[in-house]
Amino acid sequence: MAAISKIATGNGHGENSAYFDGWKAYEINPFHPTDRPDGVIQMGLAENQLCFDFIEKWLMEHPEASICTAEGVSKFKETALFQDYHGIPEFRQAVAKFMGKVRGDRVKFDPDRIVMSGGATGAHEMVAFCLADPGEAFLVPTPYYPGFDRDLRWRTGVELVPVVCDSANDFKITIDSLQSAYHKAQEANIKIKGLLITNPSNPLGTFMDKDTLKNIINFVNEKNIHLIGDEIYAATVFMEPEFVSISEVIEEVECNRDLIHIVYSLSKDMGFPGFRVGIVYSYNDTVTSCARKMSSFGLVSSQTQHLIATMLSNDEFIDNFVAESRERLFKRHKYFTWTLSQIGICSLKSNAGLFIWMDLRKLLKEKTFEAEMDLWRVIIDEVKLNVSPGSSFHCHEPGWFRVCFANMDNYTMEIALSRIRNFMVKNNETMVPPRNKLLRRTSLKLSLSRSLSRKMDDFIMSPSIMSPQSPLVQART
Amino acid sequence: MVAISKIATGNGHGEDSPYFDGWKAYETNPFHPIDRPDGVIQMGLAENQLCFNFIKKWVMEHPEASLCSAEGVNKFKETALFQDYHGMPEFREAVAKFMGKVRGGRVNFDPDRIVMSGGATGAHEMVAFCLADPGEAFLVPTPYYPGFDRDLRWRTGVELVPVVCESSNNFKITRAALEAAYEKAKEANLRVKGLLITNPSNPLGTILDQDTLKGIVKFINEKNIHLIGDEIYAATVFMEPEFVSISEIIEEVECNRDLIHIVYSLSKDMGFPGFRVGIVYSYNDAVVSCARKMSSFGLVSSQTQHLIATMLSDDDFVDSFIVESKEQLLKRHKYFTLSLSQVGIGSLKSNAGLFIWMDLRKLLKAKTFDAEMDLWRVIINEVKLNVSPGSSFHCDEPGWFRVCFANMDDNTMEVALLRITTFMHKHNEAMVPRKLCRRASLKLSLSRRRDDFMSQNMMSPHSPIPQSPLVRART
Repeated sequence: MAAISKIATGNGHGENSAYFDGWKAYEINPFHPTDRPDGVIQMGLAENQLCFDFIEKWLMEHPEASICTAEGVSKFKETALFQDYHGIPEFRQAVAKFMGKVRGDRVKFDPDRIVMSGGATGAHEMVAFCLADPGEAFLVPTPYYPGFDRDLRWRTGVELVPVVCDSANDFKITIDSLQSAYHKAQEANIKIKGLLITNPSNPLGTFMDKDTLKNIINFVNEKNIHLIGDEIYAATVFMEPEFVSISEVIEEVECNRDLIHIVYSLSKDMGFPGFRVGIVYSYNDTVTSCARKMSSFGLVSSQTQHLIATMLSNDEFIDNFVAESRERLFKRHKYFTWTLSQIGICSLKSNAGLFIWMDLRKLLKEKTFEAEMDLWRVIIDEVKLNVSPGSSFHCHEPGWFRVCFANMDNYTMEIALSRIRNFMVKNNETMVPPRNKLLRRTSLKLSLSRSLSRKMDDFIMSPSIMSPQSPLVQART
Repeated sequence: MVAISKIATGNGHGEDSPYFDGWKAYETNPFHPIDRPDGVIQMGLAENQLCFNFIKKWVMEHPEASLCSAEGVNKFKETALFQDYHGMPEFREAVAKFMGKVRGGRVNFDPDRIVMSGGATGAHEMVAFCLADPGEAFLVPTPYYPGFDRDLRWRTGVELVPVVCESSNNFKITRAALEAAYEKAKEANLRVKGLLITNPSNPLGTILDQDTLKGIVKFINEKNIHLIGDEIYAATVFMEPEFVSISEIIEEVECNRDLIHIVYSLSKDMGFPGFRVGIVYSYNDAVVSCARKMSSFGLVSSQTQHLIATMLSDDDFVDSFIVESKEQLLKRHKYFTLSLSQVGIGSLKSNAGLFIWMDLRKLLKAKTFDAEMDLWRVIINEVKLNVSPGSSFHCDEPGWFRVCFANMDDNTMEVALLRITTFMHKHNEAMVPRKLCRRASLKLSLSRRRDDFMSQNMMSPHSPIPQSPLVRART
């Protein structure tokens, strides 16, 4: 057998975890309203599917955004040939402008600091390569996106040290927890090079208040370590308070800007994960220069740069899109969380993201991660929903689940909710009055759909879009 | 000052070499037929610009290839959401079919072995990550594409050991050269994990014959090391003999297929470097599986997958394109090399690629690389052409230059040839007849010959885009 690399034979790709059982169950039997009405509903994928009709309308009105239409083909050749790692200037300008608008124009982004990468996945790896040597580490507050284990560590050799956050204070990042994690690393002889925060948070759906951000900036300056802010959910903040970006806070406090780097992407804010538009925005000139050279390994397709440049330089579209997207996310989130609360399920109070952080601690047989996995298998096999167990996010405490709500149409959402309701009723966990007819499936459905659709109409305005997809293993969950 | 990584502070990116002086000269003063007629002409960029009319015509006739047209927009949402690292099935099937057609249908490629990457740049890095640990090495025959130093080594920590090939036998890869390199690595305590060949060759423009390929396959099996075949110029073979791919050879000789991996891309064959369509095709299941997971770091944009899937599944288009591209390349190559030979400039006999390997050894003041750099600066500053000096390709012998011919229109090609002719005349190196030395009649004489070779379609008035590439993703 010919030897291949240690990287190739190891499992740094992270796909051997039990976490993927849910995915497999979904792949074998994905829900479809007519073909597979009893299939597994995908609620483990943080996609933003709520605004495609809005985007498609814009596309039809702007054929010049494509290099394949009569209006755009004059640019086909120069675009197809364009491989300059600086990126198309209009693309960088449009992305910088969009990033500013998403932050309420409270801060400006310099197009010359926009560096491309292969999605946020590529961006994170690239930042790790630029900032840390093999064996060095980043601090990462828990719970965090499971992909970080692969993106930041696999091919780079960089380590991750968790900053444990507690449900007791809503998983806020405290100075104590930062200091504690830092010292733990020091004791283990691990050199900390930076702190990675995801703001708005995946999986929590919350974002950091100004004071927390200021404290974090003080902390990284004191320790002279880098701060990487993953802000890929910035435009998914659908409710007050307003999102505060690192880029704003550094205008207000003393900070060595050479420490500050932002990872961005259009995968969540716009719903374009397939287009692989990753962005590294660093305030450090050396890092910008190095990252730009590295971007050759994962440039954004010039065809896509052209589309995005055209789209995001249209101010009217952007302003309307950002407002529309927020509204739809708000409605969907409100309906989902309200309906869940009606049947006794709570979640962490959140105002951003494409998911909720569902609290099922009381359903655990015992306060262990084994019990969490048991509950998870029940949710997959009996309730037929693929949700993501908190342990896969390195949550310190069992019983939390991330449940996505923006990756399906209204009808599927309704089915999902009725399944959850059935489950809670069966387990005597719900506060639903024990009326006999509610236990009979048909009338339950009827009653549910009558009451649900009445409630739904209060919240949901857009017509349902029935799209049955079957993602296999995603580049990003 | 805050510490960043060693990778970031080092110069593994390879951009500090004097090689980039030519690029800077071009950027400062790029040629434009009207705005900057005395500007530097770019002949250091291996682009294939000869078939865009052909492609654009197809694009106009197939609006369904775009997600943004009325015919294609119904696929916009599912495509924008598609991030599965397996890639779109239609994309993989179309690419596998294209790869087969480019090899004359002599071999079939399995769509399930098609793995995406961020261009050939990303593909090479990915293969290095899959096959070798930091400190281990690949053998690479010289001269080779300068980007390999960055792509295979920079972030991976893998080393490259040159297999020295010589002009005396037209830079063929000999068994002796392979063994010598392998031994040298052993002596230096470097563990050789594989051999990387580029076939057709960049910068030589030649292809490997069957015997050489068989010899190579035998060598790697004996040493139990991997063979990576970079075949990104496969469709640029414009003349007999026909291209022979590794994929064909392993059907004919004993070979452990777990050792065989192909890197492919649409950047050269189709002229789409901007679309970042890189492909890793491995016969080793473990490598395919690992590479597929790694491809998350550089997937092909689903928008582009859709376009390519539609385009390359059109058999008529593909068959016609391959023929047309070969014809255009043949004409351009023939005209260019003939005109050069008329003024006493020889080049390595080649039948592929987007460039020639020009022999300027006799123009060197001394047989040194310093003299080569001096000559190169003269070419940039006086002749005003950006060409690539052989030393940047790790050529063992000074005096060779890679000169690209497929990245410009006919007018620019003419201006370039005129400048070369003028330069040769000035240096009295050529046997150029007296009357041809006068600029006007020289032009007249050249254009007569040009008509023999160029079809009317090629007389496009538009200039090459005065782009300012700075450092390219791939030269």
